[in-house]
Amino acid sequence: MTAEQTAVAAHPSREEQVLLRIEKARARKPKIREERVTLAHGAGGKATQTLVEAVFVDAFRNPALESLDDGALVDVNGGRMVFTTDSYVVSPLFFPGGDIGDLAVNGTVNDLAVCGARPLYLSAGFILEEGFPIADLRRITASMAAAAARAGVQIVTGDTKVVQRGSGDGCYVTTSGVGVLDRELTLGVLSVRPGDAVIVSGPIGEHGITIMIARGELDIEADLTSDTAAIHELVAALLDAVPVHMLRDATRGGVATVLNEVAQAAGTAIVVEESAVPVRPIVNGACELLGLDPLYVACEGRFVAVVDGSYADTAVEVLRRHPLGEGAAVVGRVEADPAGLVLLKTTFGGTRIVDMLVGDPLPRIC
Amino acid sequence: MRFVDEYRDAEKAKRLASQIRELCEPGRKYTFMEVCGGHTHTIYKHGLEDYLPEAVTLVHGPGCPVCVIPMGRVDDAMAIARRPEVIMTSFGDMMRVPGGKGSFLDAKAAGADIRMVYSPLDALKIARTNPDRMVVFMGIGFETTAPSTAMTVLRAAAEGLTNFSVFCNHVTIIPAIKAILDSPDQRLDGFIGPGHVSTVIGCRPYEFIAGTYGKPLVCAGFEPLDILQSIHMLLRQLADGRAEVENQYTRVVPWDGNRRALEVISQVMELRPYFEWRGLGFISRSALRMREAYAAYDAEARFDVPGVRVADPLACQCGEVLKGVLKPWECKVFGTACTPETPIGTCMVSSEGACAAYYNFGRFTRRRLEETSLT
Ligand code: SF4
Repeated sequence: MTAEQTAVAAHPSREEQVLLRIEKARARKPKIREERVTLAHGAGGKATQTLVEAVFVDAFRNPALESLDDGALVDVNGGRMVFTTDSYVVSPLFFPGGDIGDLAVNGTVNDLAVCGARPLYLSAGFILEEGFPIADLRRITASMAAAAARAGVQIVTGDTKVVQRGSGDGCYVTTSGVGVLDRELTLGVLSVRPGDAVIVSGPIGEHGITIMIARGELDIEADLTSDTAAIHELVAALLDAVPVHMLRDATRGGVATVLNEVAQAAGTAIVVEESAVPVRPIVNGACELLGLDPLYVACEGRFVAVVDGSYADTAVEVLRRHPLGEGAAVVGRVEADPAGLVLLKTTFGGTRIVDMLVGDPLPRIC
Repeated sequence: MRFVDEYRDAEKAKRLASQIRELCEPGRKYTFMEVCGGHTHTIYKHGLEDYLPEAVTLVHGPGCPVCVIPMGRVDDAMAIARRPEVIMTSFGDMMRVPGGKGSFLDAKAAGADIRMVYSPLDALKIARTNPDRMVVFMGIGFETTAPSTAMTVLRAAAEGLTNFSVFCNHVTIIPAIKAILDSPDQRLDGFIGPGHVSTVIGCRPYEFIAGTYGKPLVCAGFEPLDILQSIHMLLRQLADGRAEVENQYTRVVPWDGNRRALEVISQVMELRPYFEWRGLGFISRSALRMREAYAAYDAEARFDVPGVRVADPLACQCGEVLKGVLKPWECKVFGTACTPETPIGTCMVSSEGACAAYYNFGRFTRRRLEETSLT
């Protein structure tokens, strides 16, 4: 501890005392207060985290689950496999740059990839609403097949259920996937330490904003497509080149959510330079209009990597060589203090916190 | 986004910051209130306080539309929303505001048909496509949003829609500022005036603040440089011994406001004799209701509402925060019992609420930050 830190610890101001109290309150085990599930529980932010920990982890408790990574690492007959599952409920089902089909394949492939695994087999479960056009279903399965071929995986098993008209939104897809882990890895938040560099693999927020615009609720038109893509090759290239300490794909809840999960689990701070974060002007513009922060907007083909600080430049170089990583950039650093928080140095020159999202990002009114 | 970046230039900010420092008289403290929640949000979102000298303190005002809605009104809205024939429509910010019996989000989870809209015109669209349902729009906000609510009512009337009405909670900014100026614990040196509201009402209505109360006010834009510049203009006035209304946001705010918008408001709405503000209590002639002639579009006239005043939770100190008497962290339940996930008071709900802004963006000690040796 430096002299100054000791001084702060010994004589915290009133405000600092309050802040310490809050950090203690935040460190407590989450409790579910609601009696019913609300939409916030599905938004990927703090409410989701609470629901997962207080209900699911509580019920299923086991070491593979408790790491709460994108996939679970399991031993099968001496071989190391990664196993993951994800459900897709996007509306609209078809949007610029993709549809629920390639989203479902890419998403699961990516969950395997960021665990360091080579994706092998997928399953696909469909929940269809009575009256759903077969032509649409064909379109979805065609793009699933194409995405699977691109990612070099096979969809080897599946299931179909039909629900009554009105009890589903046309089509829901669940995909599970297995991959084999055939490299030695030190991946995991616990290897994250001060001095590490934080990298994102490309411009952020494009999927989320594309969907919001495609819903047609906003009177905005923009030339934007979803970033949905399978990133396993990009990830493999990175893992081959540099010591990576943490990898996570920035889907629901965006980059900010990933960074918060990492800072909390690793007990470190993450300091992000706003001006270094790659965001296309069109995404920035839409976010300005809606009062959203691109850091929280979902991506479907981007990941966050934490690498040893001395390899930061190499890592970015390797990523930029791949078409999906052209926009990769170092966006911040891991620091020791203030532990558990993500700070943003704003373009304007100030500093603020980037917290976990509380509910769905709700556009402000004025 | 060139347009925006121009107002977020760190170099310009540094220059302004040093000019601000020069204008501060040694030993003197300055407290300015930013009236509008949009400003509070900008200040925290961009870390603007990092540029201000110790001598300048910003306190947050009542200009957050969601923050000032009292519990009783939320309960009234829920009573309407729970009727089976009703589709309640509301801006996103309003969804989490707690009433005496939970929030819209809770009511929605329990089966009420409550939909989020981006504008009252969206609510009208829903009314057109659901002729067998009663669509109610939860009208909230200051003079900024009142014109679009009023326009929507006129549109509904012109189309002869009979299944649309407004639950009107629109408020007016001037009485709130006056209430703050009259409150005995007020120690303000000046105001950063609300930019969006002023696009409608103009700058004239603030003249009494300078004239009667001798406090300067500068109407400010919403980019961080706008706010720094407004603080500079306030300090300049104080250094010159002036107290005037000035307009920093001339690119948007006309001195005389928007006549057409004001006419539309007064065609459809009139002042209520009094209205309860969360934390501030009853303020006379401070809110709008639908005129008799538009009773057909007035949800209060069409539905029975309990209309019961619900006392704020005992622990809640939103009133003090809205008046700028307490900083958010000085509230006893801040960050422990009252958080954005489980808000007790309204200031913790909207992204423009002072407590939410401080909790989400400002909750770290700058002394510890310096230690992390940021470059
Ligand atoms: S912490 Fe909660 S109760 Fe206290 S003033 Fe803020 S919003 Fe109100």
